[in-house]
Amino acid sequence: MALLQISEPGQTAAPHEHRLAVGIDLGTTNSLVATVRSSMAETLPDEQKRHLLPSVVHYSADAAPLVGDEAQAKASQDPLNTIASVKRFMGRGLADVKSVGSRLPYDFIEEEGMPRIRTVVGALSPVQVSADILRSLRSRAESSLGGELTGVVITVPAYFDDAQRQATKDAARLAGLNVLRLLNEPTAAAVAYGLDKAAEGVYAIYDLGGGTFDISILRLQRGVFEVMSTAGDSALGGDDMDRLVAQWIMQQADIAEDAEHKHIRQLVSMARAAKETLTQQDTAPLSLQFDNGQQWQGQLTRTQFNTLIEPLIQKTLMPCRRALRDAGIASDAIHEVVMIGGSTRVPRVREKVAEFFQRQPHVDIDPDKVVAIGAAIQADVLAGNKPDSDMLLLDVTPLSLGLETMGGLTEKVIPRNTTIPVAKAQEFTTFKDGQTAMAIHVVQGERELVTDCRSLARFELRGIPPMVAGAARIRVTFQVDADGLLSVAAQEQTTGVYSEITVKPSYGLADNDIESMLREAMENAGDDATKRALREQQVEADRVVNALKAALKADGQQLLKRSEFDTVNLRLNNLLNIMRGTDPQAIKIAIDELEQTTRDFAARRMDKAIQMAMQGKALDEFDTETEH
Amino acid sequence: MPLTDTHFQLFNLTDSFEIDSAALAERFRELQRNTHPDKFANSSEQERRLAMQRATQVNEAYQTLKHPLKRGQYLLHLKGIEMKDEQAHSMDQMFLFEQMELREKLENMARQSDPVTALGQFMDNVEQRLRNLIQTLTQEFKQEDSNACQDTIRKLQFLYKLQEEALNLEEQFI
Repeated sequence: MALLQISEPGQTAAPHEHRLAVGIDLGTTNSLVATVRSSMAETLPDEQKRHLLPSVVHYSADAAPLVGDEAQAKASQDPLNTIASVKRFMGRGLADVKSVGSRLPYDFIEEEGMPRIRTVVGALSPVQVSADILRSLRSRAESSLGGELTGVVITVPAYFDDAQRQATKDAARLAGLNVLRLLNEPTAAAVAYGLDKAAEGVYAIYDLGGGTFDISILRLQRGVFEVMSTAGDSALGGDDMDRLVAQWIMQQADIAEDAEHKHIRQLVSMARAAKETLTQQDTAPLSLQFDNGQQWQGQLTRTQFNTLIEPLIQKTLMPCRRALRDAGIASDAIHEVVMIGGSTRVPRVREKVAEFFQRQPHVDIDPDKVVAIGAAIQADVLAGNKPDSDMLLLDVTPLSLGLETMGGLTEKVIPRNTTIPVAKAQEFTTFKDGQTAMAIHVVQGERELVTDCRSLARFELRGIPPMVAGAARIRVTFQVDADGLLSVAAQEQTTGVYSEITVKPSYGLADNDIESMLREAMENAGDDATKRALREQQVEADRVVNALKAALKADGQQLLKRSEFDTVNLRLNNLLNIMRGTDPQAIKIAIDELEQTTRDFAARRMDKAIQMAMQGKALDEFDTETEH
Repeated sequence: MPLTDTHFQLFNLTDSFEIDSAALAERFRELQRNTHPDKFANSSEQERRLAMQRATQVNEAYQTLKHPLKRGQYLLHLKGIEMKDEQAHSMDQMFLFEQMELREKLENMARQSDPVTALGQFMDNVEQRLRNLIQTLTQEFKQEDSNACQDTIRKLQFLYKLQEEALNLEEQFI
């Protein structure tokens, strides 16, 4: 009888149940999953004690996809069905794909938006390939933790744009994961690092991974991680070093530009091995043997390698400068430079970064695991396992968000490095009499010309009441949430009519694509769609019930009148009955009804929370603080 | 604390141009601790929406109060004064003349023998001018001289724009 308990303050609350939550580092080269167990954050190994899962998926006609080392082993023998570094294609177009030699790495299908890859199991979107990697990590986590996951935190490069973030979230949805938050990789690293060292002050996180580069400047103060600025390049990383080395070998060994896919794969993995050798040795021997009889022997010296990659490293220093500038600090204001991402193992990278910041960077944490560990710590907090945690992450938008105006120019609506969540409203008017529709093109980037920025989406507003030209005032609101994802709403101001918005993402998947992929995935998994829908509604109902019980216990007596309290209880009781049934639609209706009833209560609680933030904080307490 | 509260009320501050930035930053963190959507990850959809709305409001208020130009404009707005884009000729001629000189200097920067150092000095100069104007504005707000405030705010707009252009140029040099 839960309801009786609620009306007696201090007697509710089931013993706290530990919810299973994990952090996932979905990397270009490798992926990891980590969790917090007995207050220790650790990465989870597979049955063979391997922690790193190579982000490689192999598809075959007659078996389930292979993920990880087993897939990697198929790379040179079946290159077109073995997809690696798929993260580089997320939310990107075919024009963004880089290649070694003259061939593209896979059999891409030429189409607008995100390209699909032709494999033996059909054309696959990068989102589907990523979902297969996530599924593998999910089953690893669920079997090692012994239960279903409540939620996950997935990390993304800080410099990922909206399309890339949305694609990542879609992949998670396909893999059946409940995303608590998309977390920026440098911020995740700062969490792992900062909590470990109980650090305070300003930190620079230099993150050079397999395919992406990020620099973030953060201020750490009593559990609050405030990102001051971020910059980077979402298509720059260790893969590019491998490609440069592979191209160099092609020249040295006289290999044709249009060499076969499997030979290119062989070259690239040899290049990567040489790069890894050179982190410890001064020379790396190279030996090629193709199945067509072509042979070549040679070596790569560290000096030669450094010359090859110099332009890449230079390309990372420019964003460092910009990040410092946007944060409004000089490099001597930085307490420490922390290096993460596998590519920071390259000695030349460390030297150049040390030179730039004029101090030795920190390299004492495992650059591969730190992001997953940070994500796990955040997941544990968000899942509600640490109700007393002080930790709070305040992140920013990496790129300016703008609109196309007359003449193909960009008008910035939300500048880069604005703390999220953020919302900006802009007013538009009609330029023709009786105009009822209008198109809005949203772009992301810093450049003045729309064509130099990244197209995010085209929104079409319909249902504008017909008026004379210039009379309608349409207020369009752009909201970026805590995951860095954009949503748009529009309202005509003079009549209050809400305009209908259709979104055509430039690189993402439309909602119906996702639906059909989900259906497909469920059919393959032998999952029943209604069963899944029921489960989803039950989880949401559970969440609503628990949140409301806790809220009533804390503030019910104080903030609700007796009659209001009774109505809320009635609806709550109703939901508790219905959620035991088997009708997902009925549960949804009961949830909506309950939320209707508690709207004022929720608003009052939020006001109280804000007042609490200010109370008990006397002025002199603030005055003792100094800000530098 | 309804959404219609002023930014100053939200941060529990009196309407004043002079602001203690350390206290402001601390209050910002306190408010975010209580409103950030992450604190409501386990709450209902409705509460999460509310939290996002509040956290957005807190961010907006912080951005406005933190920045001297935005703070000044906002204070005038609270006093019922809306700044219009006025014609340049209504401005101090001396100031406009200086601005033209500064702009010319910036345009010729790339032709200097050591443009990076020259730009550095130029930016220090702009920074100093900004500091002086902010000091002037502080006094004018104290004396409640709205007309003078408007003039100074317009000058600030000019200088911030100039600073932005100088920063863009710096990005091209490096």
